[in-house]
Amino acid sequence: MVAVGLYTQAIRMLAALVLFTSFALLAQTRMAALIRLFAWQGALLAVTTALVALVTHQPRLYLSALLTLGLKALLIPWFLNRLVIRLELQHETEDLRGNAMVLLGAAALTVFSYYVVMPIVELSTLVTRNVIAVSLAIVLLGMLLIIVRRKAVTQVVGFMCMENGLFFAAVVSTYGMPMVVELGVAFDVLVASILFGVFFLHLRDSIDSLDVDRLNRLREADE
Amino acid sequence: MAHPLIAWALALLQTLLFIASAPLLAGWIKCVRCVLQNRASPSVLQPYRDLGKLFRKKVVLAEEASWLFRSTPYIVLGTMILAAAVIPLVTVRLPTDAIADVIVLVGFLALGRFFLALAGLDIGTSFGGMGSSREMMVASLAEPAMLMAVFTLSMTASSTNLSTAMHYLLQSGLVLRPAFVFTAAGLMMVAIAETGRLPVDNPATHLELTMIHEGMILEYSGRHLALMEWASEIKLMIYAVLIADIFLPWGIATRFTAWALVMGVVAIGAKLALLVVLLAVIESGLAKMRLFRVPEFLNLAFLLCLLGLLSHIILEVGI
Amino acid sequence: MNPHADSIYPVLLIPLLGAIALGAIGHSRRAGWVNIAISAATFMASLRLALGVWEHGPLLTTSGMFYIDAFNVYLLVLTTFVGLTTAIFSRNYMLDEMKQGRVNSKRLQLYHAMYQGFLFTMLLALATNNLGILWVAMEGATLATVLLVSLYRTPESIEAAWKYFILCGVGIAQALFGTVLLFFAAERVIPNRHQALLWSVLYAHAARLDPAVMGLAFVFLLVGYGTKVGLVPLHNWLPDAHSEGPTPISAVLSGLLLNVALYALVRIKMLADPTLGVLPGELMMGFGMLSFIVAVLFLHRQRDIKRLYSYSSIEHMGLMTFGFGIGGALATFAALLHMTVHSLTKSSIFVTAGHAAHIAGTQSIDRIRGLIRTQPAVGWGLLIGTAAIAGFPPFGIFTSEFLLLAATMQSWPWLTAPLLIGLVVALAGLFRQVQPMVYGEALPGQRHARTSMLPVAVHLALVLWLGLAIPAFLAQWFNHATFLISGSSLL
Repeated sequence: MVAVGLYTQAIRMLAALVLFTSFALLAQTRMAALIRLFAWQGALLAVTTALVALVTHQPRLYLSALLTLGLKALLIPWFLNRLVIRLELQHETEDLRGNAMVLLGAAALTVFSYYVVMPIVELSTLVTRNVIAVSLAIVLLGMLLIIVRRKAVTQVVGFMCMENGLFFAAVVSTYGMPMVVELGVAFDVLVASILFGVFFLHLRDSIDSLDVDRLNRLREADE
Repeated sequence: MAHPLIAWALALLQTLLFIASAPLLAGWIKCVRCVLQNRASPSVLQPYRDLGKLFRKKVVLAEEASWLFRSTPYIVLGTMILAAAVIPLVTVRLPTDAIADVIVLVGFLALGRFFLALAGLDIGTSFGGMGSSREMMVASLAEPAMLMAVFTLSMTASSTNLSTAMHYLLQSGLVLRPAFVFTAAGLMMVAIAETGRLPVDNPATHLELTMIHEGMILEYSGRHLALMEWASEIKLMIYAVLIADIFLPWGIATRFTAWALVMGVVAIGAKLALLVVLLAVIESGLAKMRLFRVPEFLNLAFLLCLLGLLSHIILEVGI
Repeated sequence: MNPHADSIYPVLLIPLLGAIALGAIGHSRRAGWVNIAISAATFMASLRLALGVWEHGPLLTTSGMFYIDAFNVYLLVLTTFVGLTTAIFSRNYMLDEMKQGRVNSKRLQLYHAMYQGFLFTMLLALATNNLGILWVAMEGATLATVLLVSLYRTPESIEAAWKYFILCGVGIAQALFGTVLLFFAAERVIPNRHQALLWSVLYAHAARLDPAVMGLAFVFLLVGYGTKVGLVPLHNWLPDAHSEGPTPISAVLSGLLLNVALYALVRIKMLADPTLGVLPGELMMGFGMLSFIVAVLFLHRQRDIKRLYSYSSIEHMGLMTFGFGIGGALATFAALLHMTVHSLTKSSIFVTAGHAAHIAGTQSIDRIRGLIRTQPAVGWGLLIGTAAIAGFPPFGIFTSEFLLLAATMQSWPWLTAPLLIGLVVALAGLFRQVQPMVYGEALPGQRHARTSMLPVAVHLALVLWLGLAIPAFLAQWFNHATFLISGSSLL
C-alpha cells in the first residue's frame, strides 16, 4: 500500500460514504426517508467535489460542487418532498421481499464495476482514480433501484442517483466535463425532474396510484 | 524479545487478567445502563458476587441429562478461555501470537456455540430446543458477516494473524480507512447479535417468546450456571477487545517494559469503558426486535462488512 | 474557415424561437399554420446550409461548436423536410383530434411548442461538434417528446410515456458514462481540454486514443445510443411510445429520432474504428442482426396498427445498424440510402395509419377494415407505403436493401441467408395484417376523416424516384458521406 495524503484519504472516505448512501437507498422503504437519503447523497457528492477542487486546484470544480449542492441536495429533494406531501405519500412504504438478494446483487454490481474500470484506473494518474469504480457502481445501483422497485417516486430517485453517479464519474476521472456540457446536463436533469413531477400528477389521475406495477396495459398482443 | 519463560508468564497473566476482568465489564455495562435509565445501579462488582453465589449452590440436574449436558459448561468456558488467550489484551508479541489467528478465533467461538446448542437440546424441553434453533439461526447469519470483517482486516494487513495485523496498523499510523468505518459498524452489530444484547436478545429477561441465549441455559443451575454465565461474560469481553484492538489499536504495549505494560492496561481499560458506554447507549435507545426481523438486522451487518471489504479493494489498494 | 459557417445558426434558431412563440400562441386555431411556416423556414435555412457545404466543403463555426460535413448535412435536410411535411399533416390531424375532444386547447399549445422543441433538439444533436452537447441534445429530445407521448392522458399513453422516459433515461445514462470515458481518453492525447470533446478534434487524434478505454467507452455508448435507436434487447419503449402518442409524433419519432440516434452511434464508431479495428463494427452487426430478427418475428403478433409499424421500424433500424457495422463503401452507402428512404416511407406510413385509425375510431387492426372502400386515398396510401417498406421494387428501399445484401454477400456471405429469410418473413407479416385492412369488408361505424394525403404522396413519390434513379447530386452526396464514414468511396 502506498502512503497517501490526508486529503486523498478524505476523498476516499467521502466516496465510500456516497456508495453507502446508494446501498442505503436500496434498503430504504419509506418515501420520505428515501428522499432525505437522496439529498444526503447529493450533499456528500458536493462536498467531495469541493474537496477535489481544493486538492487539485481546479477552481471551476467549485462551481460544479455548488451546482450539485443546489440541484441535487436542495432543489430536487425539496421538490420531490413537496410532491410526496401533496400526494400524501410520506408514509407509503414498499414491500421489499427478497431485498437481501437485491443487496447482494448490488454488491456484485459493485465488484463488476470495479473490474470494468480496471483498465482506466491503471492508466489514470489522478488522485481520485480509485473512486472511478465507485462512480460506476453508483450508476449501476441507481439502475438496480429503478428495476427492482415498483413505486414511481423510488424510480425517480433511482434515475437521479444515476445522474449523481455520472456526475461523480466525470469529476473523479477527468476533474469534470467542460462547463458547457456540465451546464447542459444540469439543465436536462432539472427539466427531467419537473417532468417527473408532472408525471406524478398524471399517474395519480389515470391509475389512481403511483404503483408502476399497475402500468401493465401495454403488452405484446396475445390477450 | 524477553526471555521465553517471562514471555509465557506474561501470556498466562494476560489471559488470567482477561477472564478475571470479564465480569467487571458486565457489571460496568449494567451500571452505565442504570445511570442512563435513571435507576439506582448495583455495584460494579455485582457479577462477581453472583458468580460466587452460584458456585456455592448445589447443582440440580434433570433426570434425562446426559454427559453432554454436564460437560458442556466446562467445554464452553474452555473454548472461551482459549479464545481469550489468543487475543492481545495488553501487549502484542507474546508466544501465544503463533496461534493468534482470527480464523482460529472464529473457530473457537463456533465450537463453544456448537456445544451450547447441543446442551440446549439435550434435556428435551421446548425452551431449550427453541433457544438452540434461534441461536443457530443468528449464528449462521452473523458468522459470514464476521468473516467478511476478518477478511477486510487481513487484507489490509496482509495477514490473518491478529498480532501481526495490529502491529501493521500501529505502524501505518492514523489513516482514514473507509473500509474500517463500515467494518467497525458491521462488527459492532455482529457483536450485539452474538453476545445476545439488545435489540437482538435481551439478557435480562426470561420471556419465552423472545429469549435466545437464556432459553438454552434455562435448565442449568449452581456451578454449571456460573460457568455458563462467566463464559458469556468472557464472550462479550472478547468482542469488545477485538473491536478495540482492530479499530483503536493505540496504546497497546509492543515492548515488555513495565511502563509499556501499565500503559497497555490503562489504555485497554479506557477503551473498553468507552466502548461499553457506547453499547449501553445503543441498548437503551433501541427496543427489542421481533425475532423475524433479526435476519434483516444481520443482513445489514453483513452488508456493512461486505461494503467494508469492497471499499478496501476498490479504494485502498493502491495501484 | 468556411464563409458560410454562420448559415448553421438560422437552422437552429428558427425552431428554438418557434418553440417559444408557439408556447405563447400554440392554442389558437392558426397555430397549425404557424407551425408549418416555421418548419418551412427551417427547411429553407437547411437548404441554404446544404448549398454552402456543397460548394465549400465541410464547415466549422468559429467557436468550434458546430461542425457540418456531408454526413450530417444530408440528415439535417432530411430532418427539416420530414419536419415540414409532418407539420402539414399535423394541422388537419390535430384539428380533427380537437373536434373529437381528445385534446383541448392547452394540450394543443403544449403539442405545438414541443413539436418545434423536439425538432430543435434533433437539429442540435446533428449539428453540434461537441459530443457532450450531442448527449445533452439526445436527452433533450426524450424530454421534449415524453409529454407528447402522454398527450391523450389515457392510462395507456401515460404508461407508454413513463416507460419511454425511464427506459430511455436509463439507457442514455450509459451513453453519458461512455462520453466521460471518451473524454478521459481524449484528455490524454489532446493538450487543450476544452477541445477534448470536439468531434472534429477527436477525429484527427482518433488513432492515438487508448484502445482499452475506447473499447469500454464504445460499449457504453453503443448501449446508450442503441437504446434510442431501438436496438433489441433495449427496444421495449419503442412500440409503446410510438403507438400511444399522437400520430405526427409517431411519424417524427420513427422517421427522425431513430436516425439521429443512429447518427450519433456512427459518429462514435468513426472515432473508435482506428484503435479498435473490427470490434465496433462486429458489435453493431451483432446488435443490428438481433434487432432485425426479433422485430421480424414480433411483426406477426401485433394487433395494433401503429405497433405493427413500430416493429417494422426496429427491423429497419437493425438493418441499418448492421449495414454500418459491416463497414466498407458499399454497405455504408446502402445504410445511408436506407436511412433516407426508411425515414420518408415510415413517416408517410404513420401518417396514413393515423388516418386509418381516425376512420375506424380505433388502432386495433381487427377493427380497421376495407379502407379502399371507405376512403380510397388512405387505402392506397397504406398499401403502397407498406409495399415500399417491405422492399418491393421499384421503391427506394428495394434498392438499399439490395445493395446491403450485395455488401453482405461480399464480406459475410453466410449472413445473407438469415437476412433474406428475415425480409421474406417481414413481408409476410406485414401483408398478412395489411391485406384485410385495405381490402376487407368495411365494418359499420366508420367515419369520414379529414385527410391530408399530400405529405404521403410527396414522400412516396420521392422514395419511388430514389428507387428508379438516384439523382446525380444526391449520389455524389452519399458518396461523400460514405467516404467520410468508411474511408473509401463507392462511385
